[in-house]
Amino acid sequence: MTSPSARAQRRTAALLLAPFFVLFTAVTIAPLVYAGWMSLFTTRTSGLGFGGAEEVFAGVDNYVQALSDPAFRGGFVTIAAYVAVYIPVMIGGALVLALLLDTALAKARAFFQLALFLPHAVPGLIAALIWVYLYTPGLSPVTDFLASGGLDIDFLSADNAVFSAANIAVWEWIGYNMVIFYAALQAVPGETLDAAKIDGAGGIRTALSIKVPMIRPAIALAVLFTVIGSVQLFTEPKVIYSASSSIGSSWTPNMFVQTAAFTHNNFGLAAAASLLIALFAAVLSFLVTRFSRSRSKP
Amino acid sequence: MTQPTTRTAPAPRGPGRRPSVLLSKAGVTAMLGLAALYTLLPMLWLVLSSTKSRQDLFATNGFAPGDDFALLDNLQYLFEADNGIFLRWLLNTVLYAGVGALLATVFSVAAGYAFDKLDFPGKERIFSLVLLGVMVPGTAMAIPLYLIAAEAGLVNSFWGVFIPGLVFPFGVYLARVFSASYVPGEVLEAARVDGAGEFRTFCRIALPMVAPGFVTIFLFQFTQIWNSFFLPLVMLSDEELFPVNLGLYVWYSSALSQGHPQDYLLAIVGSLVSVVPLVVLFLMLQRFWKSGMTAGAVK
Repeated sequence: MTSPSARAQRRTAALLLAPFFVLFTAVTIAPLVYAGWMSLFTTRTSGLGFGGAEEVFAGVDNYVQALSDPAFRGGFVTIAAYVAVYIPVMIGGALVLALLLDTALAKARAFFQLALFLPHAVPGLIAALIWVYLYTPGLSPVTDFLASGGLDIDFLSADNAVFSAANIAVWEWIGYNMVIFYAALQAVPGETLDAAKIDGAGGIRTALSIKVPMIRPAIALAVLFTVIGSVQLFTEPKVIYSASSSIGSSWTPNMFVQTAAFTHNNFGLAAAASLLIALFAAVLSFLVTRFSRSRSKP
Repeated sequence: MTQPTTRTAPAPRGPGRRPSVLLSKAGVTAMLGLAALYTLLPMLWLVLSSTKSRQDLFATNGFAPGDDFALLDNLQYLFEADNGIFLRWLLNTVLYAGVGALLATVFSVAAGYAFDKLDFPGKERIFSLVLLGVMVPGTAMAIPLYLIAAEAGLVNSFWGVFIPGLVFPFGVYLARVFSASYVPGEVLEAARVDGAGEFRTFCRIALPMVAPGFVTIFLFQFTQIWNSFFLPLVMLSDEELFPVNLGLYVWYSSALSQGHPQDYLLAIVGSLVSVVPLVVLFLMLQRFWKSGMTAGAVK
């Protein structure tokens, strides 16, 4: 039995949910389904290419082709190397900074939160532009300074591309995550910290064995979002790539997708690769969520 | 409140228990200061470079002012370049990010409120669809969106970039959290007893109460759209439709590939002009940022 009030609630709920879900269907679900369909076809040119192209059903060929393409797999190797550098430095750095901020003078806290967060207000593309200038010898005060000290580092070489890209991301995200960790630290009960102090635990000991474990959920969530973001790496290497052309056009999975679609006009392959990236990110986030849950259980 | 028990005899102090130099107030401030140099110097470089003449840009130290103060010349050059296309790009970005995020926020808040306060069948299953949307990486959607836009004839149109910005699943999640913490259920019960309709109750009572959350969600989606690069890159080819991001990238690439050194300066000054509103917005609305960033973390 439904009361008039329950019916009114359902009607209103439908009304309030409709705009979001109509658009969600149009720009998320429908494109994914359509890309899934497109990924099953391939363009075949008949004869010597004079007969025009036709779309033929290819089954999972595009997926097989993507997965067996060294360029696509290489993109995931790049991401793995990037994550191995970026996550420890950025999350570890943000954690250390949050712990430092937690013990800093009250007056300094507001300033440092602001100063360290500020790069996050800079769009990724502009951050990449700024840093590419700072990496470019002759234009950059940083490379000039290092060179005067006898350190000749080519930030734009292929060997250093992982570090150069990771540095831009660290610059953008370290303050953001520090603010999150710092906010989580404020929720650690004062009694617990007092008790640790009375037991004679020093600052570093308290930080490692009390503060860090207590904000583990916040850390796990930050790692999750960072991993999802890392899989999507595109803007920074795209800008670095146009400056140095040393890293190739399929350096990350997303760059592979763009090249497949707009250099080779192979949209079936690009669609298959996009869906594989989305799937990879979803599996990764599932694993990270699982892992952090099982770890946070006593 | 229970007072923490005070002991008269202090715990024994081992050798490692002395406050180290690094943890002294000065040490902490120094380390945070170093980190602040890392975050602020590149921004200082951007500001200083924007005030330099083309010669000074290459000839003087990047962290020092140039010989001439050429900011006004540079700005004039920026807004006159390519028949004033930069202003067009700014305007486009305001439409994509400003109007887009505003609508996205209205839709998110409406949906988040419905998930939090209203009863309807299959609620949690539908909500898990929203969470799935949060997990789908945005850039992986670029090619699927391009393909379906091609089918709908929206490639290289304003709508091809604008419509995807209207959907913000994380905003629905945030709105549900905000609705739960800002709108007390008793207020709604009272309104229902008074015979106010559900929709009226949402508009007149709930909406004003979640206003701070509204600002937070708007800010998040606004910066997300302002940041987006991959989608406009694949969707747009007409320069008149570009957002600022894409325009700056084109100037920068042409500076490299065609050896137009004046375009280097355009990309730098243009970057400064497009970053300033974002920094100002952030400085003015700090507390709204923080509430959104931490709402996800406490859950």
